[in-house]
Amino acid sequence: MIRRAPRSLGEHAPILFPALMLVVFFVIPFGLMIAVSVARRIPGGFYEPDLVLANYERFLSAFFGGVLSFSLELAALVAVVAVGIGFPFTYRLARLPRAAQVRWLVFLLSILSLSEVIIGFAWSTLLSRTAGITNLLVAVGLMAEPQSLSPSFGALLAGMVYQAFPYTVLVLYPALARLDPALVEASRTLGASPVKAFFTVVVPSQRNTIVATLIMAFVFALGCYLLPQLLGRPQHWTLSVLITDQAIYQSNMPFAAAMAVFLVLVSLALVGLSLLFGRKEEA
Amino acid sequence: MKIGAGVGSGLGRRAVLAGAGGLAAAAAVGFPSIVRAQSKSLKVGVYGGYFKDSFDKHIFPEFTKATGIAVEAVAEPTGEAWLIQLEQAARAKQAPADVSMMSQVAMLKGMAAELWAPLDPARLPNATKVKPALINKYPDGRLSGVGAVSWYITLVTNTKSYPQAPESWATLWDPANKDKLGLLALVSNSFLLDVTAATFFGGSKHLDSEQGQLDCFKKLAELKKNVKLWYRDEAQFEAALKSGEIPMGQYYHDVTGLAAADGHPVRSTFPKEGGILDSGSWAVSKASKAGDLAHVFIDYMCQPQIQALLSRKVGTSPTIDRSATDLTDKEFAAVSSDLTPIVPRYDLYVSKADWLNQKWTEMIVG
Repeated sequence: MIRRAPRSLGEHAPILFPALMLVVFFVIPFGLMIAVSVARRIPGGFYEPDLVLANYERFLSAFFGGVLSFSLELAALVAVVAVGIGFPFTYRLARLPRAAQVRWLVFLLSILSLSEVIIGFAWSTLLSRTAGITNLLVAVGLMAEPQSLSPSFGALLAGMVYQAFPYTVLVLYPALARLDPALVEASRTLGASPVKAFFTVVVPSQRNTIVATLIMAFVFALGCYLLPQLLGRPQHWTLSVLITDQAIYQSNMPFAAAMAVFLVLVSLALVGLSLLFGRKEEA
Repeated sequence: MKIGAGVGSGLGRRAVLAGAGGLAAAAAVGFPSIVRAQSKSLKVGVYGGYFKDSFDKHIFPEFTKATGIAVEAVAEPTGEAWLIQLEQAARAKQAPADVSMMSQVAMLKGMAAELWAPLDPARLPNATKVKPALINKYPDGRLSGVGAVSWYITLVTNTKSYPQAPESWATLWDPANKDKLGLLALVSNSFLLDVTAATFFGGSKHLDSEQGQLDCFKKLAELKKNVKLWYRDEAQFEAALKSGEIPMGQYYHDVTGLAAADGHPVRSTFPKEGGILDSGSWAVSKASKAGDLAHVFIDYMCQPQIQALLSRKVGTSPTIDRSATDLTDKEFAAVSSDLTPIVPRYDLYVSKADWLNQKWTEMIVG
């Protein structure tokens, strides 16, 4: 392995391909989006290239500020809940026999093949009054009559966590599978209970993995635009829903692009802050 | 074959001659080489999915049989994406479709950009029967589009939850219907401003002024508590209406009728203020080189027997007066009503699109 910094072109080569992909699939589209976001909207028409900030001005209002902060809070909550469930789950999973692990992972991977639409419809049926789980509760005598649980914030949260869960497990799995069992054994020998060992040894040793997973789940949840429409009420519509409305239904590409640029910048800033915060703590 | 049946005096000598003239003109397009009838073809854009499937199955084969013009159907995306594609293609002198079925808002936007080739009324004798509300004209009077299909959005209910059919749109505001409604999520496709104006403010004239529009928004804000679902996706509401999960709302009259015929406990009611009459128009891109064939096609589609065929097979409301068709009362009731309809103020949805959208979003989200 080369330990010194790469010098020749040949030594740089392995990084060239990902760099090229990053330029083609992120930098160029994002640049185009910025260009569109300062274009001039023609009411009743499409847009013309220009350099106006009207689209950003329109966004800077209490209304959109409220929608943006709701979207960020929702995404953060989804990330925390998904990792909160996913971490202990993956920790247990990594300790199962090989065959059982494979079965679980295949099952989780198969969830990834479900589209957002199917997940949304399935949850809204599951939480409906006419065919939902409350009918089961009525049957066993826990409830007087079936209730509708969707659309609501709880339904939306459940749907989004369900969607983010397989990703968090798949990101956590490699790190937790490699976790040295001797660490836990040592703490147990020193008298810690299994729960105490988990929280004082396993969780701190995986801090970087947890932060990375939280960020991934957060960014993933931020882009969600179908589930809020299917499982939420209008006050639960995220910025992504409003971007879709502008781009698809109002053909207002400049405004949609301005909102999207803003969303990308805010989420990049938040990710940057959390990384910075993590590094400082480590130092 | 149904074409020509039940026409009686509807299709006169003049129309036949004019149609023949159109065909002759169409044949001349192929000059100098003498083309066989089958090689004449026209690209027709219709909404993808249900519309295109129905047209491919029931309408286009009949047209080809009657005129010898082959139809190449193009599936259009809904919304305004198709308008944008047509505009950009026209700049490059291309026409992805010669004739397209366009929504009224898209028609108006295309007219603002002079995208539509003016049509010659003399070559569309059957178009004189089309209801005036369904004819599109440039401000200087040139013909830009002719009504293709129209359909109703009505008040729908689940018959188990509501044994009595509601009578007025005002029932949407009834506090007894808390958390029971499914309404369309966008200002420009729900047409609820028009409904509010017709129900509480004496008609769409009230929407002329900004104050009037704000009145309607204020009134609409009162029904928010009753709305369980603001839907963008039709399937979502239809399923909930059938199961009774969301037992009332606005929906398409024809689709609701089909669901009821399949045994689902749903009904569509024309409220006394009228159903919402939405429509699509045929328009010809200015980049099209098949203008003559397009005239033949549009004229063909306006014929009474074709409008009746559309009502029977596609479920659309006739664009011509009912008396000109041979539709029975039952067939007519399945797709339409004699009540004066609420015709949306499309002009507003173009001229004040962004403002209305912003107010609407703030109203339902806030």
